[in-house]
This record gives sequence, structure tokens and C-alpha cells, in this order.
Amino acid sequence: MAKVFIDDIEYEVPDGKNMLEVCLSLGFDLTYFCWHPALHSIGACRQCGVINYKDENDKRGRITMACMLPASNGTRISIEAKAAHDFRAGNIESLMLNHPHDCPVCDEGGECHLQDMTLMSGHNYRRYRFKKRTHTNQYLGPFLNHEMNRCIQCYRCVRFYKDYAGGKDLDVFAAHDDIYFGRSEDGVLENEFSGNLVEVCPTGVFTDKTLKQHYTRKWDLTSAPSVCHGCSLGCNILASQRYGTIRRILTRYNGDVNGYFLCDRGRFGYEYTNSKKRIIKALKRVSGTYQPIENGNAFEEVKALMGEGKKVIGIGSPRASLESNFLLKELVGENNFYGGISNTEGNLIKQVIDILKKGKVKTPSLAEAKGYDAVFIVGEDVTNTAPMLALSLRQAAKNKPNEEAFAIRIPLWNDVAIREIVQERTGPFFIATVHHTKLDEISSGSFYGHPDNIARLGHAVAQKINNNLPSVPDADRESASLSSSIAEALLAAKKPLIVSGTSLFSKNVIEAAANVAYALKEQGKDVGLIYTVPEANSVGMTLLSENFVDDAIARVEKERADVLLILENDLYQRIGKKDSEAILKRCNQVVAFENLENETTNSCDYLFPAGTFAESTGTIVNNEGRAQRFYQVHIPRNEVRSSWKWLDILRQDLQTAEAKDFDAIVDELIQKNPELQKIKETAPTADFRIGTQKIPRSPHRFSGRTSMIANINVSEPKPPVDNDSPMSFTMEGYHGIQPSPDTAFYWSPAWNSVQAINKYQIEVGGPLHDGNPGKRLFEPDENRQAKYFNDIPSSFHPSNDELLVLPLYHIYGSEELTALSHAVKERIPQAYIALNENEARRKGLNAEGGKVEFYYQDKKWELSLKIDNSLPDGIAGLPKGLNETSGIGYPFRTKINS
Amino acid sequence: MLSSIRTVWLVFLHMFKKRVTIEYPEKKAYLAPRWRGRIVLTRDPDHNERCVACYLCAAVCPTDCISLQATEDENGRRKPEYFRINFSRCIFCGLCEDACPTYSIQLVPDFEMGEYKRQDLVYEKEDLLIDGQGKYHGYNFYRVAGVAVGVKGKGEGENESAPVDRKKLVP
Ligand code: SF4
Ligand code: SF4
Ligand code: SF4
Ligand code: SF4
Ligand code: FES
Repeated sequence: MAKVFIDDIEYEVPDGKNMLEVCLSLGFDLTYFCWHPALHSIGACRQCGVINYKDENDKRGRITMACMLPASNGTRISIEAKAAHDFRAGNIESLMLNHPHDCPVCDEGGECHLQDMTLMSGHNYRRYRFKKRTHTNQYLGPFLNHEMNRCIQCYRCVRFYKDYAGGKDLDVFAAHDDIYFGRSEDGVLENEFSGNLVEVCPTGVFTDKTLKQHYTRKWDLTSAPSVCHGCSLGCNILASQRYGTIRRILTRYNGDVNGYFLCDRGRFGYEYTNSKKRIIKALKRVSGTYQPIENGNAFEEVKALMGEGKKVIGIGSPRASLESNFLLKELVGENNFYGGISNTEGNLIKQVIDILKKGKVKTPSLAEAKGYDAVFIVGEDVTNTAPMLALSLRQAAKNKPNEEAFAIRIPLWNDVAIREIVQERTGPFFIATVHHTKLDEISSGSFYGHPDNIARLGHAVAQKINNNLPSVPDADRESASLSSSIAEALLAAKKPLIVSGTSLFSKNVIEAAANVAYALKEQGKDVGLIYTVPEANSVGMTLLSENFVDDAIARVEKERADVLLILENDLYQRIGKKDSEAILKRCNQVVAFENLENETTNSCDYLFPAGTFAESTGTIVNNEGRAQRFYQVHIPRNEVRSSWKWLDILRQDLQTAEAKDFDAIVDELIQKNPELQKIKETAPTADFRIGTQKIPRSPHRFSGRTSMIANINVSEPKPPVDNDSPMSFTMEGYHGIQPSPDTAFYWSPAWNSVQAINKYQIEVGGPLHDGNPGKRLFEPDENRQAKYFNDIPSSFHPSNDELLVLPLYHIYGSEELTALSHAVKERIPQAYIALNENEARRKGLNAEGGKVEFYYQDKKWELSLKIDNSLPDGIAGLPKGLNETSGIGYPFRTKINS
Repeated sequence: MLSSIRTVWLVFLHMFKKRVTIEYPEKKAYLAPRWRGRIVLTRDPDHNERCVACYLCAAVCPTDCISLQATEDENGRRKPEYFRINFSRCIFCGLCEDACPTYSIQLVPDFEMGEYKRQDLVYEKEDLLIDGQGKYHGYNFYRVAGVAVGVKGKGEGENESAPVDRKKLVP
């Protein structure tokens, strides 16, 4: 602790901070631009000027930048002194000399840090009468809009994009007061985290292009705290709507998970919720076409189908909430419930869960992952399967070189000094994957091979850490030397991190990664082990599932089923046409609860309109075993409801049926599944009040209340009541600072931009007041004897006539729902089949782009050739989950022809 | 007694004063230009819609009776897709006019808006948009703003210098 004096009042503050952080944490309103809690200080904008005094006798002091001033014992500053005020107002006046007269048409307006800071500094009137400098804008792709005139040269964008996210194609050009932030030429910003510029840039230079299509000001948005459904990491988001359509996604700060950032799939992939293909009312198929059917009748009819003695089975979904999966299981009975994924995938996830539950190694959260100093990735293209983890790992790679700076007492916040010492260097970082991945650019050693060979490399590393483990038979020299250097680096690290996952559908890979982690643990290392899984609630659904879709197929093949209930699951997408048809044909009636029309809904008898994350409340469990609650954003003016609401009514006596509220369902769930006890604690119950008030979903300045539906009826209806959460659907409720984990927006007096997050944190950049959202279901136990896995696979031998086909992942395209969003669609690659040059030549294929034919499940597929020389011999790669390749089960063997 | 006589006397004298009551609706009262009556949306000197759909009027309105949705034309010029005022809620306070950064929304000297049905007091953009500039002449927001949306090119506005060449490094 250090004692500092701010305007002659003494404060105790933690060590190793700078004065700006300290002032903001203490609640002072001090202006700043270039400092960012995740990007630290560079002292570029000069906006945080304060007066710094030598000692109590110094009455004059000198202007200093608070963000560059260490908060060491005895530091004395004044924020309020007139000279400090004048300096800040003058600084902002000069930053504003060239600022355009844009606020009314600027998408940042109303949540603009520059507006906030200008008001806070006291600069009101423009005195400069000369010409303004102007800039041209660039086309930056479907995600971001560029309006360069609004720049105040704080450098946050390039510091985030290049230094933090590893981007290459955004930079600063020109000189002196002409400097320009953009690309060297117009073009799509390539980095997977570019969307964060919307929040990082304190002005309206970079704004959300998808929001621009249906622009709404922050104060008019009705939002809910939610959780991204784009991958298994469960980043926290704020989803916002106006007039019944979702308008944008912003980061919801969670100090344990995603912190200040999101990936572009998560941020821009929301538009499917507004799709024309949404199912918005209950439908029944009558002679081949769907007809609307009244809810009550639909219930009656489906209920009748499911009557006494009928054979009913249900298929759950890894993208539906725990509550929906649970109620389906209740409705059809434990033995008739099947997790909605293939057995291969289900068993892999079961194994991951097993390791999480029984292992003795910690599975760090996304935020904790940033703190490890050596990384070994075993078989996962993290950038494309779990994007935000790649961002965390990029930070982890800086820890080792940063130590050099710490050794000469440079604090972490002094970003300029650290960068000066570290330059581009990164710490130990090893990657074993099937083909070249984006993180290779920071790796100290990369290995490309068949999953079995990746597993063998893992086993070899484990063996070199723990000599008692069996050695890998017939190891080749190259991988032997690589495994030695990996083992050495991991052993030399303080906190090594092992990352793996299910994306290659290989049990061997998962086991090898666990072995490395266990071996390191035995050496006394503070090791972390992270597995990624395929979807948002893969872990949650699997926790509730004993059997999976292949079991269901086997069952209906033995004996037809009367009714099949499908929960939010496009079977064609997940298990392919052949298996889907196998099951659909053997069930007399098919009832689906679904968000959007898809191939599966084409062959159902009844369809119930199920809510996406935007219209449902529920709990999902991420890859780390963290259960998190997401709240519905609004009640749409159609029949779309949370699936669990439909299911709940269906299981009741229809005469007396009364929809249960969410908490009652959760209680029932944890009573039947005691290991999920903690999901009750993930969020407050619906009767939570602040005083007597609910938490509002809209800010108090929400407009248009008496006009927005006046065209339909001039008398305003009573606003809907939310019985499922402690939130109101309107601006009604508590008007102070909301409870941090459950707030629907960040706002505080004088802080209208996202930087108001400061006010919701105990210490800026730290945990939230009232704790970060979410509860971990499993914790490691040091004393457990985790068993090593002893099955070392033999090396893969390419065959002469057949290729082994493996999935290659794409951040845009490999996830089913986000791929339907307009902006994301523009970034989805053309479907291809990838081979290395050797292999292509051997098969008589010549040029890239040429047509390649192959067979999968007796069907002929035709794709164009892509040469990827990092792919090993004997292996072909297909993009996972694109329209052209959806429903393929990996891995499979095939012959190819040109 | 005395006061009653005085009252009668005063009333009698008033018979010779000038009349203030006018025969409305045959005769109309004088309304000052700044009188706060029916709300209109005006056009700029180039005859384009002035409203840039910034939502400020809606935000400031104490009765929340303005709602709109922004959209953009093919040049990126922002304007309202719809613009609705529920006059059955409006209190003619004029705050919307105050807040408007483009002189688009204006209150004009007209109060003759009576309707039999409340529903008919809901005005859409077609009902609000007039052909002229209203009380404030000559202002075109897009000429002074920094954005280029088909009104002027970058650097061609009032008080703007030509765009910077970003490949130039001369000090
Ligand atoms: S960046 Fe902020 S201050 Fe500048 S025009 Fe946009 S809203 Fe106004
Ligand atoms: S573009 Fe935004 S983040 Fe980048 S320097 Fe300008 S104001 Fe700062
Ligand atoms: S990393 Fe995954 S959970 Fe996070 S924002 Fe991206 S898609 Fe969503
Ligand atoms: S005059 Fe007042 S009440 Fe009427 S629309 Fe304008 S701001 Fe609202
Ligand atoms: S915030 Fe301190 S100089 Fe920019």
C-alpha cells in the first residue's frame, strides 16, 4: 500500500499503479483518452494533466500526466487546481481544432468519450476560426465504418489492433498534425478482433457498421446482460434491441472471462435473430405445407400424440439452455432423451468433462489464461474455434519477455517503456496442429501432423517431463528434438499452460494434453489446462445426457418411435443428411422447437417458435465449466418464447396448465441434478429488488414511449412484466448505478460512453462490484491422483489411394447461426478442399481452384482445390460447417478425383 | 352598497372600451412567429429534408411523444425512415425545436389541430414535412458537417482545407 495525496486529502492505494488509475478507482472524474485499463499508459494525449507537488511545502508544483506518474508513497497531486483545469480545457480545445461538426450524424454521439471529456474539462465554445484539416475515409469491410475526420490522435486503435490483438493491417500514416489511422489501402480489416475498435476508439472514427443499418442511440436501446452463443467460451455480452429487432452487441465486462473485448463473430454475428427465416408462430404441416395453428390447439394435438403408451423420444441441443434441455428430458423421460450431437462428439465432451471434474490441474478462465508464461497448444486452431482464447494467449506470450522490464523496476502500466525493452519478442509458445494457424506467427515452434502424431508429440513431451511415463515408440528424430525443447521450455516456466480441444475429434489429442499437464503438475508447476469444446452449451447439454444421436438412431432402427421432439437442433447440420433421414423417417411425428427455418424444420409435423439468446432466458455452461445466465432482451410481438416455456406447458395438464417461472424451473433442475447446484447462484432470483425496485433494461433517457406504437393504437398498453428475472422490460426501476453483474448498460453521471465501466469496478480494470458474473461448477483438487492416459497411438501413415479428411475451422462460417448474419456472411470463405502440393500432384490435380470430386456417405461432392503446404501428406482439409460442407462427420477417408 | 354601485359603474364604463374578444373563427388572432403551435419538419435551401435523424428531439421531449427511425440514402445521407409525433401527448413546450441541431423541427403559429378521434392526432412524417425552410432560412447542416454524403466532397465544406495526403511525410 502507498499513501498518496490528492488535493491535500490522504488516500491509501495499492502499490504498482499510476495516478490516473488511482484517481479513477477512487471515483474522481479525471479526463483521459489514450490510457485504457487493458492497454495501459503511453502519455500521448496529454489529457490527464494534474499538478504534481514535490512535498507539502511545494505550492507551485508542475503539470504532469497522471497516467505516467507512479502512485508511490508520498505522491502529491491536485486535480482541482486552476492551472490543472485550464491545462485540461486548453488541451481539449486544441484536440478539437479540427474536429468536424458531426455529432448529430455521428454514431458515437450519446456514448462518446470525447463528448464526455469535453464537458468534463469545461471547454465549451469554439474560438478557433481557421480552416479545419480533413481526411478521406476508407472502406474497411462489412464490420466497421471509418470517419477519419473525428480522430483525436490518441493512438488507442493501433495499440489495440497491433500490440494487443496482433493485427498487421491497421497503422498510422503521414506526419505531424496530418497523421492518419487506417490501412495502407482500402480493404477489409483482417484481424478477428477488429470490432473492439468500436469501443476502444474514444471517438466516432470506428463505428459499428451493422448498427448503422438500423441506427439507434444508446439511450434508446433496451438491453439485457447476456452471454455470447458463438463458441464455447461464453464471453459476456450486452445485447440491445429497439422496436423489436436486435440492433447491436457490446462487450459486457467480466473480469473473469472476456474483460473488455469480444471477437468479431460474437459482436457482429447477431443479425440472424432478425432474419426473415425466423419461425414466429406455431406451425402445423398440412398436406405438405406449413399452416399457422393456434397455440392451444398445437398443445392439444401434440399432447394427444404423446399420450399413454406412445413411444416418444427427444433430442436436445448444445445451443439450447440447460433449462430447455432439462425440460425436454423431463417431458420425454430420462431414457428417451438424447444429447443432440454424434456419439463421437458426445464421448469426447464427456471425456473433457471427466478431466475437468476429476483432474487435479486447474482449468484457468479466459482472463486467467493471460497470466501464464509458456503455452503449448495441442491440436487446436484456437483463433478459429475459440477466438477470444487466442487473444488471451497472445497476452500470455508477452509475460516472459515482460519480466526483463519488471527486473529493472518498470511497472506493467508503463507500456511505452515495456515495449521499448521487449520489442516484438514473445515467450515460449508451441503449437501442434494439422495445418498452419494464425498463432504460428508468435510461436517458438510449430508442428503440423495428423491428430495421432500431434498426440504422440504430446506424449513425448509428457514423457520428457516425467521419465516414468512410457516412451513413444518409433519417434522420428525431428519430433523428438521438438518435444525436448517443448518439455524444457515448459519446465523452465513458472506457469505453463496447455491448450487443447475437441475440434479434431480425437480422443488421443485430448489425452495427450492431459498427460502433459499432469506431468507438469507432478513437477510442482502451477500448470493450467484448457479444453475448448464445439458449442456454447456443449458442456451443459452433455452433463444432462447419457446417450447421443447415434444411440437414438440405433433405437429407432430397432423400433419405430411415435413422436420425436427436436430441441433447437438442425440435425442435418450436426449429423448429416444420411443420419438425419435415418432418424426422421423412423419417427411417425416430428415436433421441433426451433429459431429459424432449416433443413430439419422442412420435415417436421409441428413447429414451435423458439427464442434465440435474444428472446430467451437461460443458463449455459462454457468450456471451463462456468455456468452463466443470459437474460432475454425483449418479449417480441409474436409467439417466440424460450423453448423451456413451451416444454413446460406441454408437460402439464393442459386444462390447468400455468407457465412456471424461471426460478421454479431452476429449482427443479438442481433438485434432480445436484451437481448443478451452483447454477442457482449464477444470478439473483426474480424477486431480487434494490429497495423495492427492479433493474431496468432501458436507461432513464429512453425516448418515444408514447409514440413508438401510437400508429397502431394511440393508447399505450401496459408494459410487459418479467416474472423470470429481476429486470423490468422498460426504464422503470432503480436509477442509480445498477448492480454490476446484472446491469443492462454502463452509465454513470457524466460518463455516457462505455468507459463508464470504471464506475462498476472495485478498481478500474479489476473485478466488478458484487463479483464477476458466473459460477464455476468444477474446481481442481490438488490431492487427487489423476491417472495418466497410457494409450499412445501409432504414427499415421498416409495411404496411397485414400486421403484422410479433417475439418479446418473458420471464425466466420463454421458456426451455424452467426453464419446467417449479413456482415459475417461477407467474410465466409469459398468452400474448398485443401491439400498440400505433393498430394495434389500425386492425385493429378494441378492448379489451385480446379474442381475436385470426392465421395462422402456415398454421395459425390465437388469442391475447388486449395493448396495448403502446411498440411501433412495423406490429409485433406475441408472447411467445417459452411453451406457446402455442413453435416459432414469428421474424420473420414475418401478417394479423390480431379 | 357603495361597492356594488361602483362595480355597476365600472361595468358600464367598459361598454365604451375597445373590444378584445374577436369573432373566432371568422376572425383570426395574431400569432407571433415564435408562437409554439403545430410542429413541422422543414427542408434545407436545397430542398432536401433537414432532419438527419439524430434522435435529439425524441430524447429531450418530456412526454416522449416523438419517435423515429434513422435510415440512409445511397450516398449515406442520414434521414428519418419514419418520424411520428403523437400530438395527443405533446405539450408544445418547444424543447424539441431547441434541441434540433439542423433547424429541422420547428413549432409554427398554428393551433387549429382539433380532432374528434384521438388516434387522428398521431402525425407521420408525410403529415409533418413541409416544402419550405420554416422560420430559419439558409441553413444546411450537411454543408458545415464533416461527413461527405452527396452534398459536398471531403474538404469542400465551409472552413475546410483539402484532405490530407496520407502518404506524405514532409515535416
Ligand atoms: S466523435 Fe463524439 S464529439 Fe466527435 S462528432 Fe462524434 S459524437 Fe461528436
Ligand atoms: S482513430 Fe480513434 S483510437 Fe485511433 S487515434 Fe483516432 S481517436 Fe484514437
Ligand atoms: S470468443 Fe466465442 S464466446 Fe467469445 S465473443 Fe467470440 S464467439 Fe463469442
Ligand atoms: S413540443 Fe415539447 S412535448 Fe411537443 S414534441 Fe416537442 S419536445 Fe415533445
Ligand atoms: S491519458 Fe494520460 S496522457 Fe493520455
